[in-house]
Amino acid sequence: MVNVHVYITLKEGVLDPQGKAVQHSLTALGYEGVEEVKVGKWIKLEVAEGSDLDARIESMCEQLLANPVIENYTYQVEREAQV
Amino acid sequence: MKAAVIVFPGSNCDRDMAHALQDFTDVKTVDLIPHTAESVDRYDAIFLPGGFSYGDYLRSGAIARFAPVMESVVSEAKKGKTVVGICNGFQILLEAGLLPGAMKRNTNLKYICRTVNVKVENSGTRFTSDYEEGEVLRIPIAHGDGNYECDEQTYETLKMNHRIVFSYESDVNGSTGRIAGITNEAGNVLGMMPHPERAMETLLGSEDGRGLFTSVYHHWRDTHVVTT
Repeated sequence: MVNVHVYITLKEGVLDPQGKAVQHSLTALGYEGVEEVKVGKWIKLEVAEGSDLDARIESMCEQLLANPVIENYTYQVEREAQV
Repeated sequence: MKAAVIVFPGSNCDRDMAHALQDFTDVKTVDLIPHTAESVDRYDAIFLPGGFSYGDYLRSGAIARFAPVMESVVSEAKKGKTVVGICNGFQILLEAGLLPGAMKRNTNLKYICRTVNVKVENSGTRFTSDYEEGEVLRIPIAHGDGNYECDEQTYETLKMNHRIVFSYESDVNGSTGRIAGITNEAGNVLGMMPHPERAMETLLGSEDGRGLFTSVYHHWRDTHVVTT
């Protein structure tokens, strides 16, 4: 099994109401220089290893985890170091 | 006319929808159909109600769109049957790809529950023929994710083909073009965020929602019932 971390964010150019609200809050709290905030999702999957791993993850993202109309996704595969 | 109202786990407007159809039109049969049903092909019109299917987990409508019954809903929609999705039903139709675009969180990040002015942008559809073009309806909205988003090209296509059927009179949730309801290209699938099924009785605030259900019924009658 490997851990897969999927990150889902709104596409560039799609206004992110949550990100905007967080940015305003940070500015109001006195944190200067916060130019942009994006709020997204992190989904951790534990999946079986295999040569088709990338294809499977991409298919999961396209079909269910992300909405390709407004969202982008990236993922990282975390393999435990061999002892 | 036989109507199906699909009940997903977490739907909460299914009874209101059935009541609107049963008591305000001459629809012969209205059945509540569970999300596990295999087929809805014996129905003339299919209604996807509001609510919080599957707890709105992941994204509103994202999981409901894979409910067993949806395969049949999609194939009936492609055959040209009338399909109406209201609120969460609209979100499910977007996720299922029967309508273009997607929903984002309302601009003010709040769940908005109040009656708003909804303008009939196109009275030439099977959903709005009992309304006047440009008529302003008082219909409740109740949603957190009603901020309709689509790319510019999709928006232009919707506009050009009069597929924006309902719009908010003023901006309530950040929707592109103040869109409140759209149809598919063929004109047999409607998705809308406002709740006409909650606007059926003057005593309860408004009866402006009735026209939607009577329009659907009249469309069916005019295309299926031969009068001599």
